[in-house]
Amino acid sequence: MKTAFTEITNGKPTERAAIPHLPFPDFRREALAIVQGGGRVVHFFGYEESDAVKLMAVLRDDDRLLAAGCDAPEAYDALTRECEPFHMFEREIAEQFGIRPEGHPWLKMVRYHPNYRSAPDVFGNDYGEDIPGRYDYYAVDGEEIHEVAVGPVHAGVIEPGHFRFNCIGERVLHLEIHLGYQHRSVEPLLTGNDYRRWPIIVEGIAGDTAIGHGLCMAQAVEGLTDLEVDAGARISRTIALEFERIANHVGDLGALSGDVAFLPPANYCGRMRGDFLNMSLWMCGNRFGKGLVRPGGVRFPMTDEDRKVLTGRIDELQPQVAHVIGLLFGTSSVRARFDGCGAVSRSDAGHLGLVGPAGRACGLPYDARRVFPTENYRRLSIPENAEPTGDVYARAKIRGDEVLQSIDLIRSMLRNPVETAIIEEWPKDFAPGAVVATVNEAWRGEVSHCLITDDAGKVVRYKIKDPSFHNWNGLAMSLRDTGISDFPLNNKSYNLSYCGFDL
Amino acid sequence: MLNTLRNRFEQGYRTSAYPKEPIELPARYRGRPVVNPDASGDDAVQCAEACPQAAIDAENRTVDMGRCVFCGYCERLSDGRFVSFTQDFELGTADRTHLITAGDLPDLADHSERHFRKLFGRSLQLRQVSAAGCNACEADLNVLATPFFDLARFGINFVASPRHADGIVVTGPISRNMKTALMETYDATPAPKVVIAVGACAISGGPFYGSPEVSEGLESLLPVDLFIPGCPPHPLTNLHALLTFFK
Ligand code: SF4
Ligand code: SF4
Repeated sequence: MKTAFTEITNGKPTERAAIPHLPFPDFRREALAIVQGGGRVVHFFGYEESDAVKLMAVLRDDDRLLAAGCDAPEAYDALTRECEPFHMFEREIAEQFGIRPEGHPWLKMVRYHPNYRSAPDVFGNDYGEDIPGRYDYYAVDGEEIHEVAVGPVHAGVIEPGHFRFNCIGERVLHLEIHLGYQHRSVEPLLTGNDYRRWPIIVEGIAGDTAIGHGLCMAQAVEGLTDLEVDAGARISRTIALEFERIANHVGDLGALSGDVAFLPPANYCGRMRGDFLNMSLWMCGNRFGKGLVRPGGVRFPMTDEDRKVLTGRIDELQPQVAHVIGLLFGTSSVRARFDGCGAVSRSDAGHLGLVGPAGRACGLPYDARRVFPTENYRRLSIPENAEPTGDVYARAKIRGDEVLQSIDLIRSMLRNPVETAIIEEWPKDFAPGAVVATVNEAWRGEVSHCLITDDAGKVVRYKIKDPSFHNWNGLAMSLRDTGISDFPLNNKSYNLSYCGFDL
Repeated sequence: MLNTLRNRFEQGYRTSAYPKEPIELPARYRGRPVVNPDASGDDAVQCAEACPQAAIDAENRTVDMGRCVFCGYCERLSDGRFVSFTQDFELGTADRTHLITAGDLPDLADHSERHFRKLFGRSLQLRQVSAAGCNACEADLNVLATPFFDLARFGINFVASPRHADGIVVTGPISRNMKTALMETYDATPAPKVVIAVGACAISGGPFYGSPEVSEGLESLLPVDLFIPGCPPHPLTNLHALLTFFK
């Protein structure tokens, strides 16, 4: 497709001058054309420079990343009116910069905080009150309609969020998910430019995706400082990302099993998840892989002894994992609950912009490991995964398949010994006037960071997108016309991040 | 059915013998830091300046385990000359100031709130409040319910309602948006109640310190009885602290 947007490369900086800065109407038209023609939104965000707000979009069209920017009007015709995938992004821009998307079908705050430039609040909130839930929820009217309100504090060891169900009897007509309770203001904290803190902060965006976010930051810095990463470090980082994927998927498969009251896999998976976390612990001293990835490489070697120990543990675990997954999917009482539960159609998934296993379960095969390979992925063959049914079964099936695939990937990478230099220090003189976007496939899907530097090489904007930003509306869609008692099951089939969304 | 039994057999028995028998963590695990009293002033200052968490006091030669995320950077930087990290995971303290250490920790069993033992020693029901961390602290509390740790065998459980709880366990730096919910949960818990802060975030704001959207730690809002440091604390650190404090 011909477009006014320009192609950029994953992880490579582009001079800002080379990124088209379009008049707003052109920007709007071109962005819509790309996404309506089958493209997806990777980023769409605002940033402030010399007291003016500008917008930047990074879209993906097949295997291309396309970028363009524009000056932000104080108010403009919402893109969402014509093209749903912009929905969350426009709300976020409205909240962060007080820019109003006119005619937005659901203009509601995202995280509940005052905007960054003290502009009049788009939502009419008084932030002196520290209650994000003070808001008129979408309500279904009718004599027999009842509402169920859950959270922010939940009945388990879980992150906070508010769920508002509108039901008729047991049937959910609409679920509204209200987040923001975990908001820590991560993006402004990073643009404080205390680079020492960057690795620690990004590893805390979502602890279960510490490697995913850590890699996005590291690759961005590597791009901006023209830093080479040696082959050994690339392999270690890939192994760590795959361990992260396995641990989370295995844990969630167990949780799903527990939710349908089939306890053996619930317990086995709980224990085996721990065994995978302990392999991350072995690699770097932290069960979540914190402290492993730094710009330029890794902080710990992969010695022959390490490879032997990890391979030995995998040899022992692989059959157990395969057998438990077989047990889960081979049990008819499990299948009876999984099949057809919380289905989202492929078309809805596309409109919502679902990514990762949630998208693949609806027949959208996109996997950044294949499309925008980083690290060692270019050397690996990642199978194309997709299930047609979009239900709990499909989400679980994709995750089970990916666990077994990832175990094979790790095993193959552990086979070749590669020397790696140990990194502690990394350069902080970033390329001036540049934009870099990094994309990785973490276990929940596409995670991406986008950084913009000014003429002095100072980072003026650090934009983060966790896959949960796309996928929470998928969970809401799954609940449409589903029994309310199937909420926990659907919730775990996605297991989305609150803190990754809330930032 | 046969498949279920076969899996059961393959899985075996997995519960850890800790605390009856000691347990070792892998070599790269970073537990209690020990500061070298003879380290040069230069090493101390260099580490203090480089620490991303501002956890090192060069003058007093201490590390604040309540701020530290155990990244190990300072150890590498000084080649172990200023500080080194031991394998000791038993890190809980009853007092915030005890976390500021040169390496020695008072025996947690000697804490002053002895009545808690009588009240909760046989049965302790806890309500967890997750308040704006990264969810890794929550995850490593959750695993205490898995067969390896099996917290319930000690009479300790996480419960669904603060009304059923003897205390709250707080994780995260307590965002502005979570403060009200946290305080309401605390109020809904019947007295006498305990308050436990788990992780660098809950103790000091953790990686997010300085953000106007988070607190400087739980103690700025509530009286805290037990501090469990780490980012996140290893599950064994949690287990040790709970057992030593209450048993
Ligand atoms: S290990 Fe702790 S004290 Fe040392 S640099 Fe890291 S955060 Fe600072
Ligand atoms: S202390 Fe560390 S692990 Fe715990 S919630 Fe905070 S950032 Fe996450």
